Amino acid sequence: MAATKEEIIEGLAEIVNEIAGIPAEDVQEEKSFTDDLDVDSLSMVEVVVAAEERFSVKIPDDDVKNLKTVGDATQYILSHQG
Amino acid sequence: MTAKIKPAKGWPYARIRGVGGYRPTRAVPNEEILKHIDSSDEWIRSRSGIVSRHWAGPDETIAEMTLAASGKAIADAGITADQIGAVIISTVSHFKQTPAIATEIAYRLGTAKAAAFDISAACAGFGYGLTIAKGLVTEGSAEYVLVVGVERLSDLTDRTDRSTAFLFGDGAGAVVIGPSKEPGIGPAVWGSEGDKKEAIEQTFSWEEYREGSPEQFPALRQEGQTVFRWAVFQMAKIAQQALDAAGVKAEDLDVFIPHQANMRIIDSMVKTLKLPEHVKVARDVETTGNTSAASIPLAMERLLATGEAKSGDTALLIGFGAGLVYAATVVTLP
Repeated sequence: MAATKEEIIEGLAEIVNEIAGIPAEDVQEEKSFTDDLDVDSLSMVEVVVAAEERFSVKIPDDDVKNLKTVGDATQYILSHQG
Repeated sequence: MTAKIKPAKGWPYARIRGVGGYRPTRAVPNEEILKHIDSSDEWIRSRSGIVSRHWAGPDETIAEMTLAASGKAIADAGITADQIGAVIISTVSHFKQTPAIATEIAYRLGTAKAAAFDISAACAGFGYGLTIAKGLVTEGSAEYVLVVGVERLSDLTDRTDRSTAFLFGDGAGAVVIGPSKEPGIGPAVWGSEGDKKEAIEQTFSWEEYREGSPEQFPALRQEGQTVFRWAVFQMAKIAQQALDAAGVKAEDLDVFIPHQANMRIIDSMVKTLKLPEHVKVARDVETTGNTSAASIPLAMERLLATGEAKSGDTALLIGFGAGLVYAATVVTLP
């Protein structure tokens, strides 16, 4: 069953917490991964791969650079999840 | 008529008999790199784990660095140069392509007219050379084979590219492969993915440079995120396949020597592979940078020299890089 928007944000928060050590409650829709959450380009790759596994979605490298905020990533997963 | 051909008589198995390395005398700290790029020591360390690297001087040519590393490897193997039947040199930064640098090395080391040739497999070059050498020994074409990874990547570095200027280093790492009663080199898990050839490449061809457009000397460039994803997640699978092919479990491993590309790749790979705590991981990249084909034998030599690893230890090796190409295998350390 496809995940809801709230479930995706919650899942991303857990992933960002595990990979970058950012408190899960800081991971909110409008937050920028690099500017607000201190997730650098390499950690972003780890976040993307973890999100792919968790939400059964493929996120090609070319699309990763468009995922600036948690909201961007959530929207991407919502519309691409299998 | 089809005459019956007598085959060569090979040895049952091969192993690494000796290792040697050469690092250029000049260490280049991040501060020197920062003269040409808008970055910081903290940024470079956090993205790569690199604190300094060695850059070769005018006298530290591909040939001189190779001879220095090879001499040590031959002495470590306890043989003499005339016993070497083949010399294989992996490099992407020897700019005089003809003749192969291996022939000069075979002559200057004092081999008895050993077969000698260069190979080009970038950061997987050491693993490719090792695999060829194992075949030569077991098939009987050479009793001892010298395999060298050598690079002057500082010559292919764009000092003003803030994403790569700090990555590359120079040096040479050599091993002698010889006969063994027990298997000392496991099955190779190797391959190529040419569909990703643009992920790491030389910016311009020599023809383009000769024609004057662009004026700057070619350099190496890479797509950092693509390479990182491939290296961490795909190469961890290849490393696991090499363990499985050799019938070695992670808990029986003593040492992990991945290509020294970037500390972040090494850390993530260790995590993805779920290697046990006791496995010693090579982290030579911190003070050596990425030396492509030279990185695995250089890291191997250092682990043995510092006593962090010892002769007879079981080590997992994996090289990966431009091509994209990769080669992984399990070996017994010399």
